[in-house]
Amino acid sequence: MSATSGSRSASPLTRGFSSGSLRAVTAPILLGVVVLLLWQVAVVLLDIKPFVLPSPVNIGTQFASSFDSVWAGTVVTGTNAFVGLLLGAVTGILAAIAAALVRVFDELSVPIVTAAAVIPIVALAPVLYTMFGANVETARQLVAALAVFIPVYLNTLKGLRQVRPVHRDLMRAYAASPWQATRTVTLPGAMPFLFTGLRIASSLAVISALIAEYFGGPVGGLGKSITSAAASSNYPLAYAYVLGSILLGLVFYAVTLAFEKLASRHSSSTP
Amino acid sequence: MTAAVPSLSLRAKSTNARVRPYVFGALGLVLLALVWEAYKAVGPAEGVMIGDITVLPRTSDIAMPHLWTMWERLGEPVTSAAGSPALWFAVLQAAGFTLGIAAVGWLVGVSVGMLLAIVMQRFRTAESALLPWVVLSQTVPLIAIAPLVKRWGAQIEVGAFDWEDWMSVALIASYLAFFPVSIGALRGLGSPDKAHLELMHSYAAGWWSTLLRLRLPASVPYLLPALRLAAANAVIGTVVAEVSIGLRGGVGRMMVEFASAASGDPAKPWAPIFGAVLVGLIAAGVVIVLGLFVGRYRRGEVSA
Amino acid sequence: MNAVEVTGVSKVFRVAKGAEVVALDSVSLSVVPGEFVSLIGPSGCGKSTLLRLIADLDQPTAGEVLVFGKSARQARIDQDYGIAFQQAGLLPWRTVTGNIELPLELHGVGKAARRARAQDLLALVGLSDFADRYPDQLSGGMQQRVAIARSLAESPELLLMDEPFGALDEMTRERMQTELVRICAETGAAVVFVTHSIPEAVYLSSRVVVMSPRPGRIQEVVTVGLGSAGTRDDALREDAAFFASVKAVREALHGDAVHEKAPHSVRGVETR
Repeated sequence: MSATSGSRSASPLTRGFSSGSLRAVTAPILLGVVVLLLWQVAVVLLDIKPFVLPSPVNIGTQFASSFDSVWAGTVVTGTNAFVGLLLGAVTGILAAIAAALVRVFDELSVPIVTAAAVIPIVALAPVLYTMFGANVETARQLVAALAVFIPVYLNTLKGLRQVRPVHRDLMRAYAASPWQATRTVTLPGAMPFLFTGLRIASSLAVISALIAEYFGGPVGGLGKSITSAAASSNYPLAYAYVLGSILLGLVFYAVTLAFEKLASRHSSSTP
Repeated sequence: MTAAVPSLSLRAKSTNARVRPYVFGALGLVLLALVWEAYKAVGPAEGVMIGDITVLPRTSDIAMPHLWTMWERLGEPVTSAAGSPALWFAVLQAAGFTLGIAAVGWLVGVSVGMLLAIVMQRFRTAESALLPWVVLSQTVPLIAIAPLVKRWGAQIEVGAFDWEDWMSVALIASYLAFFPVSIGALRGLGSPDKAHLELMHSYAAGWWSTLLRLRLPASVPYLLPALRLAAANAVIGTVVAEVSIGLRGGVGRMMVEFASAASGDPAKPWAPIFGAVLVGLIAAGVVIVLGLFVGRYRRGEVSA
Repeated sequence: MNAVEVTGVSKVFRVAKGAEVVALDSVSLSVVPGEFVSLIGPSGCGKSTLLRLIADLDQPTAGEVLVFGKSARQARIDQDYGIAFQQAGLLPWRTVTGNIELPLELHGVGKAARRARAQDLLALVGLSDFADRYPDQLSGGMQQRVAIARSLAESPELLLMDEPFGALDEMTRERMQTELVRICAETGAAVVFVTHSIPEAVYLSSRVVVMSPRPGRIQEVVTVGLGSAGTRDDALREDAAFFASVKAVREALHGDAVHEKAPHSVRGVETR
């Protein structure tokens, strides 16, 4: 998902500066509050059973009362996602640098990476459980790592190839060595792309680690907890786990987004 | 040296350049297979452990069957029961089933995504209110609710219309598919040059005809990658939802079923994986073919 | 009735934090039917803004813009003018013919009539052989000719052109100017033409409006007496009268107006 927020360049001439940014904050919050209220009202008025959809208040109370077990599940799934993110990101970046430097490596990997980008990686979960053992978390971390690898690799490689001709000519005019050129122009130029890849990957890491749990493996994580709560018809608890996984996803996203903002303070061209 | 020689070698080089990606691509796949077999041959049976973490997989026939075993297994019947179809046939059937649901999910997701993008394009307030939620909805693992959607099947019933499990699966698939489309379409709809928009304005063209004649055609280059991403996402959503909702018939459920047979029949779980890979490739391929039909909308204007 | 009647028009842009930029300060200008008027001046003098007000792409902060006696907005809705920008602005997914037909299509002209009109216009701009090409298959000059053909599609009595040749190389530019003079002679349309090239303005125009920036004002209007559009050709570019007018415009632009009359030009300060 290489898409970022589709912000359009709003001319300050046509749109009031302060009123625009105010609306950017209040409008979504307002919409969120309205939807929550409507949800609550609908569940109460239409008498919707909790196994179809519990009310927000119901989920909230359940979340608070079983916070400890939700937290325990979050730690398990979060650790898997984090290990996967780290592993996938490091290998993705190294592979991208290798592909940018050595053409043969790039050519060998094109069909595999292209295919991997469109197939459901999580499908590998069952055989990974057999290969690494069904009672450890390794398989889930690997699923997350594989899912992370692809966007990081593709975006970093794109960034490494994005050297602007004027910068390349400048380096040539300075008679800079290849390594100097790489360090001063290529790598900094690739950073925004790398972080875009990481931001996409951070969400994928959590999602992959979570859904890998649906394919088997040890209990304890959020995914398994959701299924077992659903199996015992404790739907508000299941939704409390869902809420936990949503918060986990948000934390991963927010942290990588913060890193991205930090790293791209000075770059004018974000991909 | 005559002039013909360099031009000849140039032509030879261009042919070489055209064939080269395919040769190397195939080599890459062969290399992957070789790595598999080589590690299986030399790696320790219990895998490589660092502390108590297995960092490299076990190499037993159960954990890592030979590639040819996987291949041979495809030709054998699914079970030993009489009349059982060949495994490859069963997998193809399941893949077709999954592809069908993914297609429904994709269509619904694309429609919703386009609609959202058009609404957000039209009303700036809608964009400010919706866009953060659209982005947010994909950064969080809302797919976690898949097991909970199962109960909807029994509950929703409007007249003769019954909500069936496959619809829940398609719903999950469409949820994963809509996001790239809405973001891609929003970018695409906003992509026309200022000059083009002012031209339409100078023609006193309304919002609707500007949308039809300018914004939609201009969004095609943005839309195609989004549609491809949506197809891949729809397939992932379908496979995962099949597993978590427990819908029989597709490759997702087949994976979980065959995985339980892994100890006695280690090559069997690989078959539905190949099926899932196939579904993903076909889905992406269909969108690429779709893109060939709208080639003229992908022309770049060489600015004067 | 004048083709364009601008009376006491001001345009103030509000930029961030309450600061204001006066793009135009009580500007008045009349363009009679069939007349070719160029707007020239340094960047920021409001020449493009003035054109955009006439086209109703922006609205004036004060004052009135009339096009053929109607409000600018009504004139736009009635399609009384054709417009061309610095970028050709062709839709890349439409053929040359499709691009020229666009305004006709938007205003409900039948298919056969559209095709016929597009053929006529392609002949006029000398691109008949390129009817089915796509914009990316044309050179910059050809693209701009298509854009001009498109601006003529509905036979407007007024053409608004915002630096249409600004991105072309000098040779192409001179050829396009010659063609534009011929086309204007054939169609008899009034033209308001924004440019920052003095020779271009002089070669094309019957009057050159010299503007000055901060705030955007009309500094001077130089009347160029180089004969009617039909009699202008490339030889004119080397004519002494041409150079005299170029000199007059240049002096007006630089503000150090020498108070001697150029042989073939009349100078007058437009009332504000």
